[in-house]
Amino acid sequence: MNILIIDDEVQIQKLLEITLNNNDYHTLIASTAKEGISTAVIHPPDLIVLDLGLPDEDGQSVLIKLREWYLGAIIILSVRSSEEDIIRALDNGANDYLTKPFRTGELLARIRTALRQTQLNPTVQKLEFDNLSIDLTSRTVTLDNESLKLTATEYSLLTLLAKNDGKVLTHQYILKQIWGPGYTQQSQYLRVFVGQLRKKIEPNPNNPKFILTESGIGYRFCTKGEE
Amino acid sequence: MKLNYFHQSMFKQVLVSNLSVVLVALICYASINYIGYHSVALLLLATVSVLSIFFTIYPVLSAAAMSAIIWDFFFIPPHFTLHITNSEDALLLLMYFVIALTSGILTSKVRELEKQEFLKEERSHTLRLYKTLFDSISHELRTPIATIVGASDNLLQKDVKIAEKDKLELVDQISVAAFRLNRLIDNLLNMQRVESGMLEIKPDWCEVNELINSPINRLKSELVGHNVEVNIQPEMPIVRIDFGLIEQSVFNLLHNEVLYTQPDSTISINASYDGKNLIITIADNGKGFSEEELKLLFTKFYRIAVNKTGGTGLGLSIVKGFVEAHNGTVKVENNTPNGAKFTIVIPVETLMLQDYMDFSNIAVKMNAQYETLTETYRPKQFGKIKDSTTDNSEE
Repeated sequence: MNILIIDDEVQIQKLLEITLNNNDYHTLIASTAKEGISTAVIHPPDLIVLDLGLPDEDGQSVLIKLREWYLGAIIILSVRSSEEDIIRALDNGANDYLTKPFRTGELLARIRTALRQTQLNPTVQKLEFDNLSIDLTSRTVTLDNESLKLTATEYSLLTLLAKNDGKVLTHQYILKQIWGPGYTQQSQYLRVFVGQLRKKIEPNPNNPKFILTESGIGYRFCTKGEE
Repeated sequence: MKLNYFHQSMFKQVLVSNLSVVLVALICYASINYIGYHSVALLLLATVSVLSIFFTIYPVLSAAAMSAIIWDFFFIPPHFTLHITNSEDALLLLMYFVIALTSGILTSKVRELEKQEFLKEERSHTLRLYKTLFDSISHELRTPIATIVGASDNLLQKDVKIAEKDKLELVDQISVAAFRLNRLIDNLLNMQRVESGMLEIKPDWCEVNELINSPINRLKSELVGHNVEVNIQPEMPIVRIDFGLIEQSVFNLLHNEVLYTQPDSTISINASYDGKNLIITIADNGKGFSEEELKLLFTKFYRIAVNKTGGTGLGLSIVKGFVEAHNGTVKVENNTPNGAKFTIVIPVETLMLQDYMDFSNIAVKMNAQYETLTETYRPKQFGKIKDSTTDNSEE
C-alpha cells in the first residue's frame, strides 16, 4: 500500500514516515501542494495524508483539485480544529479529518478504515458488527440474534451510517440523504432519530458504542473491532 | 464627577457652559435693581469657576469670554454698548478676564494631571495582568517542556541501560506533557475568543447526555480513582445550545475537579431542565473553598493556593465567558456537608422527543413509506417477528 504524505513540517514527515513504514505501508513525501499534486499524478497512491497549512496553496483547494480525479482515500491532518474547517474538508471530499496533535494509533485506525472504504465491495449483502447485523437484501436488522423492529427512517439512517462504517458523516449530509435537500437545516430531526436508534441498538445509549457523536460535525459509525 | 468630562463631546460642553452663563445673566438682569451691576460680575465669575470644575479648558474660556461680553454689554453703563466710560469699570473688566482665564488654565492643568494619573493606573493594572499571565504561562509551558527534555535526554543516553519499565514510564511522561501543552494552547485560544468580544455562539440541537458524557470520556484516564456519579433527569428534552462551548465548560469544571480534589473523592454531575433553564451542577465532597476563594474564583488568572499544580487560572473564566455568551450564569458555592458545587444555568429552547410524532408522520409520507407511529415511539419494545414495515419500504 502506498501512502502519499503532503506536509511541509519535517518533524511530522519523519514521524509519519517511521509510523507508517513500521506498519508496512510504503510512503511518498511531498512538502508543497505543487509537489504533492504532481506526485499523486505520477504515482497514484492508495491514500493521501494531506495537511491544510501548506506553504504554496491552501490545503482545502488542494483537496478540491485532487478530488477532481483522485478516487482513493484522503485523510486531512491539520492543526486547524474549528468545526467549520472540518465540515468544509469533509464536504470537499476528505474521507476523514484528524487534528494535530494526534495519536498514532488513532491515525493508523483511520487509515485502515479509509482504505477499507475505498475498496468496499459494492455487492455486499450483509453488514456485521459485534452483535449487530444488517441484512441489506431482506432489510432486516438483528441484535443478539433477535430481529429488531425499526421504522423505515431508522432503518435508512442505520444503513447509511453502517455502510460508511468508520467515516464521519456530517449532519447536513445525513439530513440530505435521509430526508432530502430541503431538510439540511433541521438538525433536530437527526437528534431525535439518532436518539431513538441508540435506544434500540445500543447496550448503553448514554455511552454509545455503535453511533458515535463527532460534536458539532456529525456522526461516525464505530469501526470494526477498534472501538 | 471623576472623569465625567471624558465622556461629553466638546460641542455639548461649550453649549452647556454658555447656556449657564446666559441663564445666570438673565436672572441678574431681572434683579439688577436689587443687586447692582458690580455684584453681577462676581456672580458670573462664580458661574465660570463652577463650570471649570466640570468642563475642560475651551468651554470654560468660551464661557469666560461670553460672560465678559454680556457683563459689558448689558450691565456696565452705558447699557447696550461695549463702550466703557468709567476707568473703574475698565479695571474691573480687565481683572474679570484675568481671574476667569487663570481659573480656566488651573482647571485644565488639574485635569491633565488627573488624566495622566488615570492612564498610569490603567497601565500598571494592565502590566500587572500581563505579568500574572506571563508568569503563569511560562510556568505552565516550562514544566511540561522540562519533562519532555529530561525524559528524552534519559532515553537518549548511550552508555546507561534503562530498565524497560522505566523507559515506558519516561515515554508516558513525554506524552502526558505534550497533551498538557496542547490543553494550555486550547485554553489560551479560548480565553482570547472570550476576551476579544468576538465570541459567536452557534446554537444547534443537542442531547444533554452527550453534553455530560463527552467531557467525562475525554477525561477518562485522569478520572481513574475518582467516583463519578452522573444523574440526568429522565425525559430530558433536547436543547438548543452551542455544543462545543458548553461541552468545553463542563470539561473545564470537571478538569478542575481532577486538579483540586483527592483521587478517591466523589464527583457528582447533575443535569435537569426546570421548564426554562438547563441546569448543570458539578459537585464534589472535597474540602470546598474559603469565603475569599469563593469570591475570586471566576477572576482571570486566579489560582487557589494548593500544592497540586496544572492550572493557568484561565479555566473558570473561560467557563464564565462561554456560559454568559448563552445569557446564562455560573456560580460556585460550598456544598453541604462538605465540598464545592458549581452550577451552570442556561436559558434554553427545548424539544421533547414526543413533539416529533407529527414530524415523523410527515417524514413517513415524504418517503412514501408506511410506519406505525406507536411502534416508533415505543423504543424498548423489540419485536421478535420479522419487521414487515422495513420490508416494503424503498430505501
